[in-house]
Amino acid sequence: MKTIYFNKFYKSFNILSGILIIVSLVFLVFKGLNFGVDFKGGTLIELRTDKSSANITKIRDSFNQMNLGDVSVKNFGNETDFVVKFEKQNSNDPQFIEEIKTKLSNSIGTVDFRRVENVGPKVSAELLRSGVIAIALSLAAMLLYIWIRFEWQFSLGAILALFHDVIITLGVFSVFSLEINLSIVAAVLTIVGYSMNDTVVIFDRVRENLRKYADIKIFELTNISINETLSRTIITSVTTLLALLSIFIFGGEILKGFSLAMILGVIFGTYSSIYIANPVLVSLKVSQRTIVKEEKE
Amino acid sequence: MLYFSKLRVFSVLIFTLIISYFTISNFTKVDDEFFSKNIKLGLDLQGGSYLLLEIDNEPVITQRLQSKVLEFKKFFKDKDIKVRNFVIEDKSIIFDVENSKIEDVKSLLDDDKSEINPYFQQYKSHQFNFENMDTSFKLEFSDYGLVLLKNSSLDQAIEIVRRRVDEVGTNEPNILKRGNDRILVELPGLDDPGRIKSLLGKTANLTFQFISSSSEESFGTEKLSFEDGSSEAIVSKRIVLSGDNLMDAKPTMNNQTNETVVSFSLDRVGAKKFGKATSNGVGKRLAIVLDGKIISAPEVREPIIGGNGQISGNFTFKSATDLALLLRSGALPAPLNIIEERTVGPDLGKDSINAGIMSLIIGFILVVAFMFYKYRFFGLIANLALISNLFLLVGILTLFEATLTLPGIAGIILTVGMAVDANVLIFERIKEELKNENNSIVAFDSGYTKSRTTILDANITTLIAAVILFFMGSGPIKGFSITLGVGILTTLFSVYFIARLITAYYVIKNKHKEKLI
Repeated sequence: MKTIYFNKFYKSFNILSGILIIVSLVFLVFKGLNFGVDFKGGTLIELRTDKSSANITKIRDSFNQMNLGDVSVKNFGNETDFVVKFEKQNSNDPQFIEEIKTKLSNSIGTVDFRRVENVGPKVSAELLRSGVIAIALSLAAMLLYIWIRFEWQFSLGAILALFHDVIITLGVFSVFSLEINLSIVAAVLTIVGYSMNDTVVIFDRVRENLRKYADIKIFELTNISINETLSRTIITSVTTLLALLSIFIFGGEILKGFSLAMILGVIFGTYSSIYIANPVLVSLKVSQRTIVKEEKE
Repeated sequence: MLYFSKLRVFSVLIFTLIISYFTISNFTKVDDEFFSKNIKLGLDLQGGSYLLLEIDNEPVITQRLQSKVLEFKKFFKDKDIKVRNFVIEDKSIIFDVENSKIEDVKSLLDDDKSEINPYFQQYKSHQFNFENMDTSFKLEFSDYGLVLLKNSSLDQAIEIVRRRVDEVGTNEPNILKRGNDRILVELPGLDDPGRIKSLLGKTANLTFQFISSSSEESFGTEKLSFEDGSSEAIVSKRIVLSGDNLMDAKPTMNNQTNETVVSFSLDRVGAKKFGKATSNGVGKRLAIVLDGKIISAPEVREPIIGGNGQISGNFTFKSATDLALLLRSGALPAPLNIIEERTVGPDLGKDSINAGIMSLIIGFILVVAFMFYKYRFFGLIANLALISNLFLLVGILTLFEATLTLPGIAGIILTVGMAVDANVLIFERIKEELKNENNSIVAFDSGYTKSRTTILDANITTLIAAVILFFMGSGPIKGFSITLGVGILTTLFSVYFIARLITAYYVIKNKHKEKLI
């Protein structure tokens, strides 16, 4: 197979990644994330209406009359399905949901509540905290694993690639105001696993080649390693993306955000294994001596 | 790496078949509990309600402190120590002691064998911590004392919750403790949790108290409003009888008034008390108070001796049934708040299953087609490994009766996409080895050997993520971590035992063929 000179573009793609990260961070800090009821507390109702009667404006109007605080109404999947979210969660009134249903039926006709989620402020704060802890813990565990398995230069490269993927994926969610809920946390954790997986495969090859060739500079060597593992990289990301696309398209509305986050994560993860992890090795001037020295110790 | 002993081949085959059987058992019916296992569907797939309840322990703490004050008064009286000015304030008891006895009180409270402030050896803690300023003592629950209190009220509450849920008769409810002040209630198949919510939301503290005609009652009086909010009444604080003495309650029709009532029967102690109180109170009105609201206050026309009575109060048959249920199941030690609720209707659950299976089939076909396109015959081997992987994964989930959720299905699909990675790594490595090696058996062998550490590394990273998710996640997300984690194990098995077995067989048969892969 023809060799592709990935290493020629290390600099330009590093600049691009740098810009993407800064833009993501700016959005994350100033715009923030669109937390769903899991993390913000409040009530979510997924409802199905008769074909004829309802549209977003009508539904929003009838909800606004009920004094529930900030109400958001969105179409969900098809024309007759809607998701309504509002801040108020009155769990101590057992008839709360029932009353909303009655009032709504009076104004827009028969509705079917397909899903109701009602999360109190204490629980949402706990869920948010345990989500953040889970992500932090997984990053730490990866760091530990790769630190045991590889030399520190490699660990640094892999971890930078991980942060790159997580930050940009969350950045995309912030830019497009996509909802962050519990399943997005699961997606982020899986992205962390996948991105690490992808980086490790290339790094294993880099290390093997470092042992084999004493005289090839790391700049060249990373390119050789990337090329040698390239068809695997492509095939695996294609099959993973095929599976994810199938979830995204056919898996129903509930899994949309999850599969989208994973799709982004796989794309960034594949990219960062080549353009973040490897340039780090180059700039840290990794050579045969790096691994020989460690092995002697 | 290509050699397999006969025994090994045999055991791989048997293992795979047995586990796969459990996958199939999901779709068949057999009259045996062990052999007809089904995968458990999560609430998001079968529909149902998830409620997280939190006990409001404040009233319990106050109540305990009040009874503790009585205990203290008696205890010090017996010890001939004069104490006064008992106050309960900010979850603590404050009182004054006469000057000469301060040290005595201190040592009584501090004693490891103290009966008034029990000491728990294993936790190195008294029930109460105290502070002393001059003659004033301030006692509050120690951390352990508080834990003890919370645990006991949680134990009581969970029992009552279980009784109430059982009485409603939903199918296979799941009621669990969470921490030391929460109860998780899962109600599969329950579409509308409104009734359960209103039943669990009531403490159901029932008391009978006389309506007071004059305010100079020796026990004091309180002003309570009627249930329907129509009016208020002054009620004596003396409790004639409480719900504790109730043995049974059921909704009935009163034949004379044609009204739905709740009739109850009392235990022997209760019947005696009730008989005595009603004999003395003929002509008075007796208020029936539930959770601080008067349901009704009928006039006592004659003594009620037999221990049977009726509660009237504008009931519908439904509300009478619910009240009877609440009274039968007993009062909660403290109010419960619903702090999280998730309800999925059965048709949404069905839609989710269909969508999940649809995307699994399509994702599977796409991956299989792609692998065949890339590797031809070896693609078929990888695909066979993938199929057995799916059977093993679903089989293990069934065998261990794991709960399958919608994200769990997504985890299976993701496993399909990522599982081929190991075979791809191996095949690519073999291709490289074949460039420099003429003996194809050697090339295949070293292809397997050299890719092994990489494959392990790559899978361990994903496994780490799955394990963390398992411990931190809840409900549906836990389901995802289970399928993802088990999927990694079955992937490794199917790649290293099944695919390698077939590869080995094929390569040894065709070792002289050109361009094997």
